[in-house]
Amino acid sequence: MTDQSTPMTPEEDTLVRKLGFWRKAMAHRTFVFSGTILLVLLLVAVFAHLLAPYDPFAQNIAMRLKPPFWHDTTVAEHVLGTDQLGRDYMSRLIYGARISVTIAIAATVVSAVIGITLGLLAGYYGGWIDTAISTIVTTRLSMPIILIALAVVAIVGPSLTVVIVVLGLLLWDQFAVVTRVATQQVCARDYVMAARVLGSSLPHILFREILPNIRAPLMVVATVEMAHAVLLEAALSFLGLGVQAPLPSWGLMLSEAKTSMFFSPWLIVLPGACLFVLALAINLMGDAMRDLTAGGRG
Amino acid sequence: MLTYLLRRATLAAVVMVIVSVICFVLSNVASDPAMGIAGAQATDEDLALIRRQYGLDRSLPVQYADYLGGLVQGDFGTSYLSKRPVLEMITERLPVTALLAVLSMALALAIALPLGCAAALWPNTIVDRIAQLLAVAGQAIPNFWAGLLLIVVFGVQLRWLPISGSQTLAHFVLPTITLGTFAMPPLMRLIRAGMIEVLASDYIRTARAMGIRPWQVTFKYALKNAVLPVISLSAVQFGFMLGGSVVVESIFALNGVGYLAWQSMSRSDMPVIQAIVLLISLFYIVLTLLADLLNGYMDPRLRSGGK
Repeated sequence: MTDQSTPMTPEEDTLVRKLGFWRKAMAHRTFVFSGTILLVLLLVAVFAHLLAPYDPFAQNIAMRLKPPFWHDTTVAEHVLGTDQLGRDYMSRLIYGARISVTIAIAATVVSAVIGITLGLLAGYYGGWIDTAISTIVTTRLSMPIILIALAVVAIVGPSLTVVIVVLGLLLWDQFAVVTRVATQQVCARDYVMAARVLGSSLPHILFREILPNIRAPLMVVATVEMAHAVLLEAALSFLGLGVQAPLPSWGLMLSEAKTSMFFSPWLIVLPGACLFVLALAINLMGDAMRDLTAGGRG
Repeated sequence: MLTYLLRRATLAAVVMVIVSVICFVLSNVASDPAMGIAGAQATDEDLALIRRQYGLDRSLPVQYADYLGGLVQGDFGTSYLSKRPVLEMITERLPVTALLAVLSMALALAIALPLGCAAALWPNTIVDRIAQLLAVAGQAIPNFWAGLLLIVVFGVQLRWLPISGSQTLAHFVLPTITLGTFAMPPLMRLIRAGMIEVLASDYIRTARAMGIRPWQVTFKYALKNAVLPVISLSAVQFGFMLGGSVVVESIFALNGVGYLAWQSMSRSDMPVIQAIVLLISLFYIVLTLLADLLNGYMDPRLRSGGK
């Protein structure tokens, strides 16, 4: 609210601001571009069972390693070819989207809950709580993510859930750092003071007064961590300690294709390209959000 | 300066202790060391015997104190499989990983510095666009995929470079490209952002107005200030690269610490994994501490205010 000549109710105010954001967003080329890709991938992930032409697990030894459509020796039934076990590659790639998207969202939610809670507490209380939480963050930063993830998965045993939990427990540091700084800034504002004076409960102040006002920078962090989660899951699966066969994770498909990549290079080109497009779209979305919310502390 | 140094060093020490506790938990609590020493076909009596012999029947705090005492004396444990001291296995392979990390860092900076400066000097031009594109693409490429593509193109199709092993410097070319391009984007972005900020500042305008040559303004005055945060980030990236070397070394079969970590992982050789995690973390802590001190030395404002 810059001009007081036309007073608005708070509801109208947020509505106008929301519409303003969407109008700006729709004119933002990067936002539209990355948003479209993400939407398409999300739909592919949700409707994988309808879109996939074949069962991604169905093996057909007679149809092993058939090349995709741009090769001369391609077969009409399998547009993107087949893998070492004769499974339809396109169907596996489509189901792979489901796994990548699930892990990206779930791991980001877990890490957001951990990081935002720690950041809010550190930023709101300051003092020894801040020192303690900062020490935890520094410790987390000093430990190599991929090694810890590998070690924990090696002990617990690999599975989709384990990968989500491990990544969630490792990727919260930026959430905590950004939330802490933003909270410190917001805490000095009048409405937080007012809430405190009015005797609002702590959860109310933290989650209803502070959190909505530091949303913008957190959205940016969320995109960065989501891209991180996608690539880390792929790396873990690639190393054999992530999602397990026969599930069609893109990282795992790359690892399975390693042995035949000299004669069938498309086997590693396709899943990697999918990973690249997903991570690229998420990162571009993050950049666009940073741009669009620049007013609210990028 | 002294309080800043002390506070920073205390934090580093506390973090080191916490990391050692986590590594102890990984190797001695979360997984059963007696089982690891005895092997899969051990009987219950064997396990009980080993627990007594190795002192694994003592309370955990006592065992941790023992573990910490060992660390201080340079005893990082013994491998379950090769029965050799872990530290020896790591130091053997350290030169390979160190060389890979240094080469990759050099490559990353060799791309990031000129590109970041150019992008900042001519924002919104074609140079800037290309730099931004490289950064965005570089950040999204899974590094193991980049490694595989390089193997297929340069190792198999063109046959220019070896794809596996660590015997000659030529073996390091593809892994260095893989790891270096992975570390480049954040550095480039930071240099660009820092340079843009510094170039817009008053003292640069003054320097320009005084008629100091443009290249001198850019490289002597601006870059020196823009490079401060890059030092910290380089330290952070260097630490990341040691972790990232697990993936890259396993693709190219470079016999370094990362490869050792991956091999030990698939054989559940916890003492080795625990020691590698511990050493990389310690290295990272020391590196970031040094970067902070260097920053404090170069930027007097940080010394008094502290951070």
